[in-house]
Amino acid sequence: MSSAPSAITVQSVSKSFGRGDAAIRVLRDVSVDIGAREFFTLLGPSGCGKTTLLRLIAGFEDLDSGAILIEGARIDHLPPFQRPVNTVFQSYALFPHLTVAQNVAFALEMQNFSAAEVRRRAGEALEMVRMGAFAGRKPSELSGGQQQRVALARALAPRPKVLLLDEPLSALDLKLRKEMQIELKQLQAEAGITFVFVTHDQEEALTLSDRIAVMQGGRILQLDTPRAIYERPAHRFVADFIGEINLLDGQVAGPGKVRLDCGAEIAAGADQGTGARVTVAIRPERATLSQGGALPAEVTHAAYLGTATILQLRLANGAPFLLRAATANLPEIGAQVTLDLPPDALQVFAA
Amino acid sequence: MSATSPFRRAGLVGPALLVVLVLIGVPLGIMAWVSLLGRGATIGVDWTSAPSFANYTKLVWEEDFDGTLLFNPTYLSILWRSVWQAAATTAICVGLGLPVALWMSSLSRGARDMAVLLITIPFWTNLLVRNYAWLIILREDGLVSQTANAIWPFGPVQLLYNDAAILIGLVYSFLPFMILPIYAGFEKFDWRLLEAAYDLGANRRRALTRVIVPLAMPGIIAGSMLVFIPSLGSFVTAAILGGGKSMMMGNLIQLQFGQSRNWPFGAAISVVLLALMMLVLMGIALWKTRQEAKR
Repeated sequence: MSSAPSAITVQSVSKSFGRGDAAIRVLRDVSVDIGAREFFTLLGPSGCGKTTLLRLIAGFEDLDSGAILIEGARIDHLPPFQRPVNTVFQSYALFPHLTVAQNVAFALEMQNFSAAEVRRRAGEALEMVRMGAFAGRKPSELSGGQQQRVALARALAPRPKVLLLDEPLSALDLKLRKEMQIELKQLQAEAGITFVFVTHDQEEALTLSDRIAVMQGGRILQLDTPRAIYERPAHRFVADFIGEINLLDGQVAGPGKVRLDCGAEIAAGADQGTGARVTVAIRPERATLSQGGALPAEVTHAAYLGTATILQLRLANGAPFLLRAATANLPEIGAQVTLDLPPDALQVFAA
Repeated sequence: MSATSPFRRAGLVGPALLVVLVLIGVPLGIMAWVSLLGRGATIGVDWTSAPSFANYTKLVWEEDFDGTLLFNPTYLSILWRSVWQAAATTAICVGLGLPVALWMSSLSRGARDMAVLLITIPFWTNLLVRNYAWLIILREDGLVSQTANAIWPFGPVQLLYNDAAILIGLVYSFLPFMILPIYAGFEKFDWRLLEAAYDLGANRRRALTRVIVPLAMPGIIAGSMLVFIPSLGSFVTAAILGGGKSMMMGNLIQLQFGQSRNWPFGAAISVVLLALMMLVLMGIALWKTRQEAKR
C-alpha cells in the first residue's frame, strides 16, 4: 500500500483456546496491514483462524499477545461497544423482537442521536440496500437475501470505520450469492469504508477482494492481490486451495530440469538442488495439447462446458491431470496424447 | 378441511367439557352459593338460610349494635398485605430468576441438566418441612440472626414472625417457578444477538434492557403468573414464618373453615381472592394483546 494510513494494523497477534496441554493455538504471530477503503479478504479452510482474527478485531475475543490498531490507535483493550467497527454476522443475528427499521436504528439509538436523526439515518441505510419498503416488517417475515441486506444496513448505519463481514453470503443460494457479491462491491465503493471479509469460498474471494490473505493453521501463508495469488501461489497449499491446479510430484534432475514420477522430464526453473523432491504445479488452462509435447498422457474423460472442455487425463504412473482445452479438435476418449507445459506457467514447490 | 357434523363435534368436545364442568364449575358454584348463606350452628353453613351479600359487606363494614355500618380495615389490610406480598415476591423472583436462567442457558448441555435438577430438588421435600427449615435458619439464637445482630449497629434485628420473614419464605418457595419458564425460553437463545448488541454500541446495561429482557419477556410473564397466583393464596408460609401475627388471605380463609367454623365468610373471601386473580390474568392478557397490536 502507498502512503495512505492503515485502516487496521494487526501486530504479531497470537491466540489460543483452552489451557495447558489442551490449548489449541488458533493464531500464531499474525501481522497484517489493511489499507483505508480496501476490500480485504481473509480466506482459508475452516479452522484456519480467519474468523478468530475477525472476532479479535470486533472485540468478541481477547488476544493473548500482540496489538490491534485502527487508524493508528490501539483498540485491543476496548470493549466491542467502544470500537469503531461493526460486524455482519454469518447468521445475521437480527434482533427478532424488533422491526427492520428498529434493527437498523439500534446502533444510532445507542449513540444517543435525536429521534429525527435516528430516523433519517436509518432510512438512508435502508434505502442504500433497497429495503426501505420493508421497514415495518419483522426479520422472520423476510427471505434470507432480505435479512442479509438488513444486516448490512444495520452494520453500516452508524458509519463504522471498518465493516467486518463473517461469511455473510454462505447461507444464500448460488444465484442470490452472485447478486449479493456485486451489491457488496458496489456498497463498499458507495460507503467508502474498509471491508474485512471472511470466507472459505475462493471464487468469492477472487471476485470481490482488493487483496486476499490466505490463511492456514493460524498463519497467513500469502497476502497479495487475487491475480497474484491465482497466478503465482507462494505455497503448495495456496496453489491447491485457490482454483483448480495439477500438482505433479518429481525430482530435480539438473539445472532447469525436473523428472516427474511418471517418467517424463520437463523444463522447469527450480531453486532446489539436483536430487531434491519437488512438486510442480500448473493450472488446467495453461497446459496445451501438442504433438511432441514433453508429457505423455491418456484421455479418460471429457466434460463439455460450452466455452471449453475439461479433459481428464491419466499420466503414465496413474496420476490424474486436468486440462482445459478449446472445444475444437478434441482427442477421443482413450487416445494417447502429449502435453506441452510452458515453463512460465509452472510453479515449483519443495515437496 | 372436511366439515364435521355438530353432533360429532359435541361428542369430541363433550368429555372435556364435562370434566371441566364437574371438577371446576360445580365446586366453584357451590362455593359461590355458600358465600351467600349464613353461618350454621353445628356445621359451618346453614343451608336453609336466606341468601344475602352480608358476608361480602362484612369484609369492609362492621355492623354496630344499633345497625349502623362502620368501616372496618382489618380484613382489607390482610387483603392488601396479600397483594403486596405476592407482588413483591414476584418482583424479587424476576430479579433473582432472570440472571440465574440466563446463566443456566450459557452452560454446557450436561451442566444445564444438572442445574435444572438442582433447582427442582427442593420439590422433593414437603413445603411444610421446607418452611420449618427456614424457621430454624432465621430463629433468634440461629447463626444468621446472631451474625446480623453482630454486624447491624442499630438495635436488635428480628428476622422471624414478620412480613420480611414471610417474603423470604415466599421467594424461596416460588423462585423455581420463575427460573424454569425463563430458562425454557432462553434455552435456544442465540448468543450472537448479545454480541450483535455489543457490536452496535450497546453497553452491558443497554444490551440487557434492549435485547435480553424483551426476548425473555414471554418467560417472565409465564413465571410471574406462576409465582403471583400461588403467592396470593398461600397460607403455609405466613402461618409458620409469620407466626400468626402477619396474616394473609390464605390464613384468613383457613381460619374461617377451621377454628371459626364460618364457612360462608371463608367462601366469600375465597371468591374475592379468585376475582383478584382473574383481574391480574385479564390485565396480563390485555397487555399482551396490546403488545401484539403494536407489532
